[in-house]
Amino acid sequence: MSAQILNIMDPAAGNGTKPQRRVIVCAGTGCVANGAYQVITAFQEQIQAAGISVTTEFKPEPTHALRLNKSGCQGFCQMGPLVTVLPDEILYNKVKVGDVAEIVRETLMGGQVVDRLLYVDPATKKHCQGIQDIPFYQRQQRFVLKECGTIDPEDIHEYLHHGGYAAAKKAVLSMTPEQIVQEITKSGLRGRGGGGFPTGRKWEAARVQKSAKKYVICNADEGDPGAFMNRSVMEGNPHSVLEGLMIAARAIGADETLIYVRAEYPLAVTRMRRAVEDAQKLGFLGDNVFGSGQALDCEVLEGAGAFVCGEETAMIASIEGLRGMPRPKPPFPAQSGLWGKPTIINNVETLAHVVRIINQGADTFRQLGSAAAPGTKTFALTGHVANTGLVEVPFGTTLRDVVLNIGGGITDRRGKVKPNGFKAVQIGGPSGGCLTQEHLDLPLDYDSLRTVGAMVGSGGLVAMNEKTCMVSVARFFMDFTQRESCGKCVLCREGTRQLLAMLDDIIEGRATGETLALMEKLALAVQKGSLCGLGKTAPNPVLSTLRYFRAEYDAHVFHKHCPTGQCKALAKPSIDAAKCKGCTACARKCPVGAITGEKKKAHVIDQGKCIVCGACADTCKFEAVVGV
Amino acid sequence: MKVFTILEKHGRKPSRLVPILQAVQEEYRYLPEEVLTYVATALDVSPARVFGVATFYSHFAIQPKGKHIIRLCDGTACHVKDSVPILDAIRKRLKLEGKKNTTDDMLFTVETVACLGACGLAPVVVVNDQVHGQMTPEHGVKLVEEIIAQEQS
Repeated sequence: MSAQILNIMDPAAGNGTKPQRRVIVCAGTGCVANGAYQVITAFQEQIQAAGISVTTEFKPEPTHALRLNKSGCQGFCQMGPLVTVLPDEILYNKVKVGDVAEIVRETLMGGQVVDRLLYVDPATKKHCQGIQDIPFYQRQQRFVLKECGTIDPEDIHEYLHHGGYAAAKKAVLSMTPEQIVQEITKSGLRGRGGGGFPTGRKWEAARVQKSAKKYVICNADEGDPGAFMNRSVMEGNPHSVLEGLMIAARAIGADETLIYVRAEYPLAVTRMRRAVEDAQKLGFLGDNVFGSGQALDCEVLEGAGAFVCGEETAMIASIEGLRGMPRPKPPFPAQSGLWGKPTIINNVETLAHVVRIINQGADTFRQLGSAAAPGTKTFALTGHVANTGLVEVPFGTTLRDVVLNIGGGITDRRGKVKPNGFKAVQIGGPSGGCLTQEHLDLPLDYDSLRTVGAMVGSGGLVAMNEKTCMVSVARFFMDFTQRESCGKCVLCREGTRQLLAMLDDIIEGRATGETLALMEKLALAVQKGSLCGLGKTAPNPVLSTLRYFRAEYDAHVFHKHCPTGQCKALAKPSIDAAKCKGCTACARKCPVGAITGEKKKAHVIDQGKCIVCGACADTCKFEAVVGV
Repeated sequence: MKVFTILEKHGRKPSRLVPILQAVQEEYRYLPEEVLTYVATALDVSPARVFGVATFYSHFAIQPKGKHIIRLCDGTACHVKDSVPILDAIRKRLKLEGKKNTTDDMLFTVETVACLGACGLAPVVVVNDQVHGQMTPEHGVKLVEEIIAQEQS
């Protein structure tokens, strides 16, 4: 217990002159998994027990009651559950039910900060009171994610209080479709889902179509493994997505919209559905949108687990009740899409940006980012970094800034920051490529990444330390795309299967120099011979790792050796008898009982039982386990 | 009959096939062959179309699943944080070999999923919709042991 809160001491502050006292518990998927709902219940009980009047609902008029609410994902997932106390701007992390009484007593009643629940900067060991002190947040510029951490995603009135639906209202009542499209075109907004196609041009193509029926689909089928930006926006601020969708509908003259959400995101589905219902109740959707006489409907659909449905034409097939297989373009969906009608499909994040462009104008939007890629982009930063989570930065920010500064550096297997541990970053998921040490100062945007064989993709950034086998990484993605190939194009269906078999040969020690040559040739053929983005980009991880980590492939192929010791068939874990102290720690840790030995004597690993999980190597304090 | 209600709710439209099958699976925990044939007849489409859709999407199961479903996330973030050893340890504990995903006593089904979007907690294991983050092989086996103990008591 130390720092005195200077701001206010009165737990019932908020009577108009003083800002309302608030306790916000993050309830994104990550925090919920760690017990956020139990923490909210505990707060409710403890606050009431302390005799403080409390409300969970948003009220626009000043109130004396303390407001307790859940928010969407605040992006700092691994530190959850996160609890924010306002207006003091204290961020407590890893809050357990048992900590709640202390927060109520010390902070809400006593005006003191509970030091032990603050985030400690691993670099400086400094206790950070709030997000303004935490490097992870300091270097970000949050627009799409701005409200995600504060407002209650299930309360439309709070969204309205923050200026919500003003842009949709303006678009419907005082702008013509041409004006909207012009403004979006002027802003230079490009699709955030992966392709980077100019949004304004897509809208214009659909706007000029003469058709009584048009559709707008929100693509929320965020299938890239390692990406969760769209999930977080839908969970944290679902109304912003819906508002963007309404603006898009007005711009092209559509009266029906759909939101296609991945079924793996049950919480996002629930919150989007709730948002649609609430908007209907207030007359923002329905037969008479904002009293304009125009009709607009919205339906939330759940996917059924097919990655290829993220592709526009496959998504349309899926909505029509068919197998989600893509078809050749043209005709583009803007000309002939769902049920043969003009249709535009926009990503969740693209739509959220639209709201701000209509509210603040294209020029404000262009102030950040680069000329060819204006605005900000969210990235999901994961893998071997100290701070995993959701990041929003302007286009053009360097990889170094994102991974090493915001991410807080590369970690080893035990989670400790290692100054020289950086090996690569995989960007753009199964369609993307790897970036290495030499790309650390590369500004992140669509064009610069394309020149080095990678792509922005939807925004998944997976950092990898020097213990990561790049051949295994390539195999991982090939296994994914091979399974997800819809089977329509022969080269994608059979080619990815053969590429996977070749990678297996390399990893399991059967490959020769010929394998590598053949693999490269086939990879290029799959790129050329596939119809949709899945097949066209499926070989990218192979080509990109071959380009930057050739030596690692060579070691597997010619020396039957995996430099990182990760490839099981090539790995032979053993215990160095000279280093082993016989402490028995590894034998106790081994999940399959493969390690035996007497106390204080060297232990042995039974190769027949060993699953090469590496738990022994992680446990050993004497570095006696080798070859894994 | 439940399937009848589901079909009515979706207006017996073939375009609603995916949501219809989702609702059927919710009810039966998998898609029994006779129900698929019934759905085809009711929607006036060929059984081949219904089976085609049912086998295309990974969420649809045409085999019965175990009582407890363990889903291991093998998305990129979980993968680089060593999700596979967790899967191996759980499968070994449940004596699942080769392509077998469900135990003989129908108590467990072990599956992998591409990404649950909980990458900040990687590696992640979901047991009956409860997300467990920052897992290890030992923890995974422990979760299984707990369920077995519960079932036996």
